[in-house]
Amino acid sequence: MESLEQIRDRLLARFPGATITLVPNPGPAAEHTISLDNAHAFEIARFLRDDPALQLDYCSNVTGIDWPEKEIVETKKVSVADPAGGPAKVVEEKTKRIEPGRLEAVYHLYSMALRHGPVIIRLRTGNRSDQVTVPSLTPVWRSCDFQEREIFDLFGIVFEGHPNLRRLLMWGDFKDHPMRKDYVEPDDYEWEPTPHAEVLERAQAHYPSVTPGVSAPAQVEAKP
Amino acid sequence: MSPAAPTQAPAPFGAPSGPTVRTVTDAFHGDLLEVSMGPQHPSTHGVFRMDVTLDGEVIVKLKPVFGYLHRNHEKIAENTSYLASMPYTDRLDYLCSMSTNWAYALAVEKLAGQAVPDRAQYLRIILAELTRIVNHACLVGFLFNDLGTSFTPLLYAFREREKIIDLFEALSGSRMMCNYQRFGGCRIDPSPEWLAAASRLVDNFPRFLDEYERMLTGNEILLARTQGVGRLKAANAINAGITGPVLRAAGVNYDLRKVDAYGFYSRFDFRVPLGEHGDTYDRYMMRILEMRESVKILQQAFRDLPTGPIMDPKAKIRGFRPKAGEAYGRLESPKGELGFYLLSDGTPNPYRYRVRPPSLINLTLLEEMCLGHTVADAVVILGSIDIVLGEVDR
Amino acid sequence: MLGSGILKGLAVTAKNFAGSFYDPERMATVQYPEERAPLGEHYRSFPLLVCENAADPLGTLRCVACTICEKECPPQCIYIEKSKDKKPDATGKPQLYPVIFTIDTAVCMGCGICAELCPFDSIKMDKVFEVTATNRFTGLLLERDQLAKSNAYYHSIRPAEAAEVDARLAAERLAAEEKAKAAALAKAAAAAAKAAAAPPTTPPSAA
Repeated sequence: MESLEQIRDRLLARFPGATITLVPNPGPAAEHTISLDNAHAFEIARFLRDDPALQLDYCSNVTGIDWPEKEIVETKKVSVADPAGGPAKVVEEKTKRIEPGRLEAVYHLYSMALRHGPVIIRLRTGNRSDQVTVPSLTPVWRSCDFQEREIFDLFGIVFEGHPNLRRLLMWGDFKDHPMRKDYVEPDDYEWEPTPHAEVLERAQAHYPSVTPGVSAPAQVEAKP
Repeated sequence: MSPAAPTQAPAPFGAPSGPTVRTVTDAFHGDLLEVSMGPQHPSTHGVFRMDVTLDGEVIVKLKPVFGYLHRNHEKIAENTSYLASMPYTDRLDYLCSMSTNWAYALAVEKLAGQAVPDRAQYLRIILAELTRIVNHACLVGFLFNDLGTSFTPLLYAFREREKIIDLFEALSGSRMMCNYQRFGGCRIDPSPEWLAAASRLVDNFPRFLDEYERMLTGNEILLARTQGVGRLKAANAINAGITGPVLRAAGVNYDLRKVDAYGFYSRFDFRVPLGEHGDTYDRYMMRILEMRESVKILQQAFRDLPTGPIMDPKAKIRGFRPKAGEAYGRLESPKGELGFYLLSDGTPNPYRYRVRPPSLINLTLLEEMCLGHTVADAVVILGSIDIVLGEVDR
Repeated sequence: MLGSGILKGLAVTAKNFAGSFYDPERMATVQYPEERAPLGEHYRSFPLLVCENAADPLGTLRCVACTICEKECPPQCIYIEKSKDKKPDATGKPQLYPVIFTIDTAVCMGCGICAELCPFDSIKMDKVFEVTATNRFTGLLLERDQLAKSNAYYHSIRPAEAAEVDARLAAERLAAEEKAKAAALAKAAAAAAKAAAAPPTTPPSAA
């Protein structure tokens, strides 16, 4: 298989307007990834699948990653000239910058026909609150169907173009996205979303005698 | 014809939020019946639900509903150390905890660049192949249960499974929740008696398989109920990410033991069985043939098992902190490609921990496979896909 | 011939039915309360705390309240409170001991990571699997005195492992004693040398 740099260069030649960046992986696994921009991601994905040299026909794994807003403090040593004319002093200057939060979807692509891989692509959202849309790759690889639904459910990334974007694991009325790093866990895990109170009310309406503290109406037996 | 107006029957008393059976009217089909199969249906192998729309007895629509066993395994793993997730991986696919353990250990070893000694590699292959036999024997038994063969094939399969499970218990301390693999090796070195018992069991296993096949494979009812049922085309299966015996039954030669040759699989001589039609019968035969190949691998492994340490001396059990980076480790579990994606930021806990569950993704094409068949066939098709809800819902 | 497959299958079933009366290969089950299948050497159920002396279980616990198990327990079912004072442990070193040590067996999943990581050979896995309680809150929360089991009991359930642990502890104790002896000798020698060097008029210091 060609190297990731070659793939990127070929993609840039094929899609001139696209921004494609290599994201290095510093760990021992050294599985480097390419990050795609949302405008061209769908076309690039289709190209990756259909290109005869790559034939990445199998999308194995789709993952969401949450990167919350991070405050990064950088310390820089700056030499400041002494106004009194003495030797220059070295002062540490701290600069704070806020790295904006974002959500990320990572796709692991393999080729079953040519038995190579992985080529890993990343799609990024603008932020974590209102620009959470990335293009869905389900029309390209059907295997993304449930996995993208799961990411929508657990991370809150909206996949544009997904044929059936509903919650997968949590129930329909659930509000939050549990896999986000800032998710606040409920105090009571035992609470179930079943209509206990409603059922109880109906039970009381049906069988007045089962209500505690209320005696059953006396049954008058018909005497022969 | 009047426009499609669903005629809703009043919800029966005490019903859950969604009605279980109701009539709907479709402009194309006319009167249809919408049935909610599961989550407590015995054929769904756990708490899985299918919302089936029926025209008479024929399925015209099928929507799988997940989440009844969801416990957010990934979130739990992100809040504990790398080692503490190992016993939780047992609970993913609770029939094959040994290979699930291995998949997780494989991903962590890839993430940390950890080497594994030879003896541990052989032990892993032995245990993974024993797990494959356990899983496939169970699956064939359950498949016949779904066909209506009440319990006889299942209990014969369970009898053999019991012997292997006893071996797991003697080695790891637990029958199903083995928690046996560690990053850089295995936990307990098997005694020579254990190896002798396991080798004897493996040598006797083909006899059981012959008897089992004599009982089942030529059975006319099996042939009538499974041949041509639930066909899967190879191109669709590849695109839908279907892996494991279900994919190979459709004729695609893709087995990670050959493709990735993880562990020491490149040293073993075995063949990958392939189906032709992709129907339920091929998926059944795939399991039987894979069990025979597993026996071959096991016999070679027992013959070649080297002596030596089972843990890499550089491996760290406590205070394990891989360097920042990410890794995706995958292996051929009995159900398909089981992958773990790990993202480390240098802390003792993984920043992102993701399981690629083969059971869930193999269900992608369930609707396509069931359309046009009866409800009874849908049960058989689901049984032949081989799901474990612990892994589907995580 | 149609139906021959079914007949062949029925022959296998008949063979199994007859075989289940005499062939141990075909008899998978035992009559449980009367007969019991043997448990393997490594079988594990719930944790226990090893103590040296069965007569005084809480006084001779090997546990030194290092809280490694509490931190590493995957479902977080262990709760430990350390003591304020110290007392000698299995190797004779003064160590802390747990004032409170509880394991919630309703939460414990029996993974054995606590026993694997314990550096003091104190927490081990029991083999008792017939556990019941009448109250699901207090009955399943095991306290220190319920968890403490004697070393003899540990030997009875895991003979090979316990013998190895005992040999290691004995070696450590011997090494510690020798070290203490050597230290005492060195101290005495130093004191003697000091006493010899010091002028005889000064009173001996409290060495």
